[in-house]
Amino acid sequence: MRINGVEIEDTFAEAFEMWGARLIITAHNQRWALTAAQAATGFATSIIGCGCEAGTNDLPADERTPDGRPGVAALFFTTSRQNMEAQLLQRVGQGVMTSPSSACYNGLDAGDTIKVGGKLRFFGDGFQSSKLLDGRRLWRVPVMDGEFVVEESFGVSKAVGGGNFFIMAEDLEAALAAAEAAVTAMRAVPGVIMPFPGGIVRSGSKVSSRYKGQHVSSNTPYCPTIRPLVESALPDGVEAVLEIVIDGLEEEAVGEAMRVGVGASCLPGVVRITAGNYGGSLGRYQFHLRDLVDA
Amino acid sequence: MGCLACAALMLDRGGVTLYRKESSSIPVEADSICPDRFLGRGPAEIAALPAFYGRRRVTLGDLFEVEGTGADNITVSGDLRHVKKIGLGMSMGRITVTGDVGPHLGAYMSGGEISAEGTAGDWVGAHMKGGRIVVQGDAGHFVGAAYSGETRGVTGGAIIVGGNVGGEVGARMRRGLIVILGNAGEFAGAHMIAGSILVFGRLGGRPGAGMKRGTIVAFGDAPDLLPTFRYACRFQPAFLRFYLRRLGESGLSIDSEPADGHFRRYLGDMNELGKGEILVRDQPQ
Repeated sequence: MRINGVEIEDTFAEAFEMWGARLIITAHNQRWALTAAQAATGFATSIIGCGCEAGTNDLPADERTPDGRPGVAALFFTTSRQNMEAQLLQRVGQGVMTSPSSACYNGLDAGDTIKVGGKLRFFGDGFQSSKLLDGRRLWRVPVMDGEFVVEESFGVSKAVGGGNFFIMAEDLEAALAAAEAAVTAMRAVPGVIMPFPGGIVRSGSKVSSRYKGQHVSSNTPYCPTIRPLVESALPDGVEAVLEIVIDGLEEEAVGEAMRVGVGASCLPGVVRITAGNYGGSLGRYQFHLRDLVDA
Repeated sequence: MGCLACAALMLDRGGVTLYRKESSSIPVEADSICPDRFLGRGPAEIAALPAFYGRRRVTLGDLFEVEGTGADNITVSGDLRHVKKIGLGMSMGRITVTGDVGPHLGAYMSGGEISAEGTAGDWVGAHMKGGRIVVQGDAGHFVGAAYSGETRGVTGGAIIVGGNVGGEVGARMRRGLIVILGNAGEFAGAHMIAGSILVFGRLGGRPGAGMKRGTIVAFGDAPDLLPTFRYACRFQPAFLRFYLRRLGESGLSIDSEPADGHFRRYLGDMNELGKGEILVRDQPQ
């Protein structure tokens, strides 16, 4: 199968079950809402070293923020519910509460919840107060520019992490242009994030290493500089590979983001689109590239 | 409106309909008009439920025409100005009152919704624990307040009054929300323990006297506050925007724009805990 002359390999991305949360972060204006969200979702590229994967997501056109101010959605993904609580406590506490004029609301209607504002409230040193409306409790924590409003609990639900595809190109310029186009298109899909810098990762990994104590290492079959030294997965003419990883609150959202991304990345200079998997034995979800682009 | 026309109107709403047979200034205690009491009962059994006409023990059937089935949707019509305690203690369902209604509407209710399409007497939602009461017209004194001698009043739910209310709205309330789209009388939120009172019209004198915690918001004119309230700051409270948007989304015709302005925050009552707040919106010049 080819799109615009780009080969779509007959393979699939293998993705895993994670826990997801969606926060709505608002502020006095869009700039500061985005600043707070970016601070909270910073250094959250990979679960391997960051504790969670996170990113921002534009609000759908028909969704208003809970307080009507400018805002963005921030999505967080962890391997366990407990990790989610720990991560949100740190990230909301240090990244959102510290940001001028910010407020933070739950953006995921889920049966399971974790307490975040209910713990951050103690920063108020006894002067915090709460408001309860329709079963939603907001904490008002006094801060130096007024008060930080944070919802007591945030919904968490099972989610999908690790959807992916690889862009194999003739050179770095072509790979980067295709990856950028893909990420731009995928950002319009609600409920997904691409957690790596700018949505793109160059240091794809494999889950093995020759070194004791090192659980993951560089995805050497895809590294062009060592092509003669390894069992390379790179076809002739491919000189650079970039990967896009997708986490989503629902399987359908991840599939849609991959479909949009693969289509957008089939640009001149791109040789092949492929995906990473472990033979289908580890992950719960499989996203077959050709099925997605056929849909 | 004639009896037959009213009956036709009521039947369109479905559920149980009650129509007051005759007008009278003699007080009626009708706490039997409650979805919980109607549950599993047909029209004849509902008509046999007790009521008081003055000091005389009667049945609902003596005072009302009763038709239909379905306890979760009750419509009450006719001259109800002296009918007390409709929806007392209700925990589910819906009561619609098509005209003016007497005191104690929805007192002690814990769930469901009451909609009064006219005015209501004193003590609307006294000691309410949950659910929602919407009064489209004016209401009397002591809306959402505690009965005399009680230490805490409303502990949950929401009361929305489209018109004006009398004095001591939300007195001793512990939790919950009271929204007054018109004016409020004196001593709003007196001895309030927590909760929120939003007044869109003119806030009467001495608001928050003796309050410990909780919030009184004056979107319109506000009086000089008691000297036991102290100015804290002028700011834009985000939670108020959340409140008004949620109320608007729940089907109430409440404009969220007033929450977008600046508010002056006063803390008090310093004779008590001092953690209550009165927010006074800056008025357009």
